[in-house]
Amino acid sequence: MATFSVTRPRKSRVLTAVMALYLIYTLVPLVWLVINATKTQPTLFTTSGLAFGGPFALFDNIGETFTYDNGIFLRWLGNTLLYVVAGAGGATVLATAAGYGLAKYRFPGRRAVFAVVLGAVAVPGTALAVPTFLMFSELGLTNTPLAIIIPSLISPFGLYLIWVYAADAIPDELLEAARIDGAGEIRIFLTVTLRQLAPGIVTVALFTVVSTWNNYFLPLIMLSEPKWYPLTVGLNQWSAQASGAGAQPVYHLVLTGSLLTIVPLVIAFLLMQRYWQSGLSAGSVKQ
Amino acid sequence: MTSTAVAPTPAPPRRAATARRTRRDWRGWLFVAPFMLVFALTFLAPIGYAFVLSLFREQAFFGGTTFVGVDNYAQVLADPKFWDAFQRVLVFLAVQVPIMLVLALIAALAIDSARLHAAGFFRVVIFLPYAVPAVVAALMWGFLYGDHFGLAADLNHLLGRDVVKPLSDNWMLASIGNVVTWEFAGYNMLIFYSALKVIPKEQFEAAAIDGAGAFRTILSVKLPALRGAIVIATIFSIIGSFQLFNEPNIMRTLAPNVIGTFYTPNMYAYNLSFGAQQYNYSATVAIVMGVITAIIAYVVQLRGSRKGM
Repeated sequence: MATFSVTRPRKSRVLTAVMALYLIYTLVPLVWLVINATKTQPTLFTTSGLAFGGPFALFDNIGETFTYDNGIFLRWLGNTLLYVVAGAGGATVLATAAGYGLAKYRFPGRRAVFAVVLGAVAVPGTALAVPTFLMFSELGLTNTPLAIIIPSLISPFGLYLIWVYAADAIPDELLEAARIDGAGEIRIFLTVTLRQLAPGIVTVALFTVVSTWNNYFLPLIMLSEPKWYPLTVGLNQWSAQASGAGAQPVYHLVLTGSLLTIVPLVIAFLLMQRYWQSGLSAGSVKQ
Repeated sequence: MTSTAVAPTPAPPRRAATARRTRRDWRGWLFVAPFMLVFALTFLAPIGYAFVLSLFREQAFFGGTTFVGVDNYAQVLADPKFWDAFQRVLVFLAVQVPIMLVLALIAALAIDSARLHAAGFFRVVIFLPYAVPAVVAALMWGFLYGDHFGLAADLNHLLGRDVVKPLSDNWMLASIGNVVTWEFAGYNMLIFYSALKVIPKEQFEAAAIDGAGAFRTILSVKLPALRGAIVIATIFSIIGSFQLFNEPNIMRTLAPNVIGTFYTPNMYAYNLSFGAQQYNYSATVAIVMGVITAIIAYVVQLRGSRKGM
C-alpha cells in the first residue's frame, strides 16, 4: 500500500467503495440541510427529509431570513465578521510574531514562555470561560464586542504551528544577511519573514477564522443582548424559539440561516485548500 | 479560548543547534511580548481569579462572601451531581474517542495509500464537517434524529414500529457521540494525513526491500511514525470530551427531559453560574475539572512518548 514501493500500486475499487460509505455519512446531514432549506415551513413537516418536495422556496427563505425580526440576521452576520476580522486577524498577527520570536531568537525567559504556554493550554478552555466571564464582568467588558474579541486573540495552536514552521522555513543566514545590509529587526520581520512564512500564516489564519466564526460557548455566556450575537448564538435562539412553549415556528429560517452560516467557510476551505494543506504538512505535526 | 480539538502541545524546535547560533539577546521579546500580554489577560488571570473565587462562598442571607478555604473543593468531591456528570463524560470518552480516532486513522491511511480513486476529493469532503459550527451540526443531527421530519421517523415508518429513538434516555449519549464523531473525525484525519506525508521516503524503500507488504508497512513504518500525532489527537480529544458542552446544550432544546442541567461537568458549571448565581462553587467545579483533565492529558503524553522510545 506504500506510495513509494517499487511497483506502483493499483487503485482499489473495494477500498474506494468502503470509503464512499464514510463519504455518505459525512454528506448526509449537509445534503439534508441543502434540500430542506428549499422548503417552506409547512412542507418541511409533510415531505420526506431527504427528498425535494413542494414549491422551491430557497430564495424566498433567504429573503425572509435576512428580513425577519427587522433584519437581525444581517446584524448577526456583521457581528460575526467583526469578531472574525478583529479576533482571528489579531490572533494570526500575535501568533506569527510570537512564533517567529520563539523560533529565531534566544532571549532570556524563552523557556519560561514555553512552560507557561504549555501548562496553561492543558487547562480546558471551556472551563476557563466561566472565570473569564466573571473577570470580564468586573472589568465591565461583558456584553461588548471586546468580550468576544480579546479571548479570540490567543491561538496556542497558531503559535505552535508558526514556531515549528519558522524554525524550518527561515534560514538564519537570510536574517544575518539582512542585518549586514543594515535592516532593523522589525523591518526584517516585515520584509523577509512574512514572505517566507506565508503558507504557515494562511494555515493559521484559516483555522483561527473557523474557530472564531464557529465560536458558540464564549458569546453565549458573554453576551446578553441579541444585537451583539454572532450567527451561532442567534441561530440557536431561533431554534429554541421554534420549539419552546408558545413556539413561533421558524424552522425554515433556522435551516436557511444554518446553510448561509456554513457556506462562506466551506468556500474558503475549498478555494484555499492547496495552500493550507501544504502549510499544515510542512509544520504542524512532525515529531 | 478555542473550543475542542486544536492546539497541539508545542515542542522545542528540533534544530536546537541552529537556534543556539543565533545571538542571545532581548530582541525576541519584541515579538513575543504582545502575545504574552494578551495570554496573561485571557489565560493566566482567569485561572488565578477562578482559584481565588473557589476559596470563598456566598453568604446566604446577608450578601457578600466569606473565606471558606477548601470547603468548596470538599463539597465538589462529595457532590453526586458532579460525579454523575463526570461519569457520563468518562463513558463518552471511553467509547467515542477510540471510535473517532480509529475512523480518522483508517481514512488517513486509505487516502495516503495511493490505492484510492479520487483521493483528493475524499480528503477535502471528509474534512468539511470541521468547518460546520457545533451549533449547526447539532441542529442538523437533531432534526435527523427527530420524529417530526427526521431520518429516525422515516426509518421507524419503514420498520412499522418505533425502534430507533435517538433522543430517548438510552440513546442520547450515543447520539451526541455520533455528532461529535461526525464533526471531528475529518479534522483528526487531516492531522494524521499531514503526519503521514512527512515520513521520509527512505523508510518505505527500506521496507519494500525487506519485502514488507502493505499491512506490514502500515504496522512497522506508518503507525510508529504517527505516534506523536496520535498522542496529540488523543490528548485533545480527552480535553474535548471533558469540556463537552455545545452539542448537549443545543440538543437539550429537543429533549429537555433527557438532558438535565448537570448532564456534563461543563454544563453543570455553566448552570451553576448562570442559572443559580453560585459563582464560587461554579469556579471550583471548573478548577477540579481542569486539574483532572491536566493530569490525564499529562499521563497520556508521558505514556505515549515513552513507549518504544
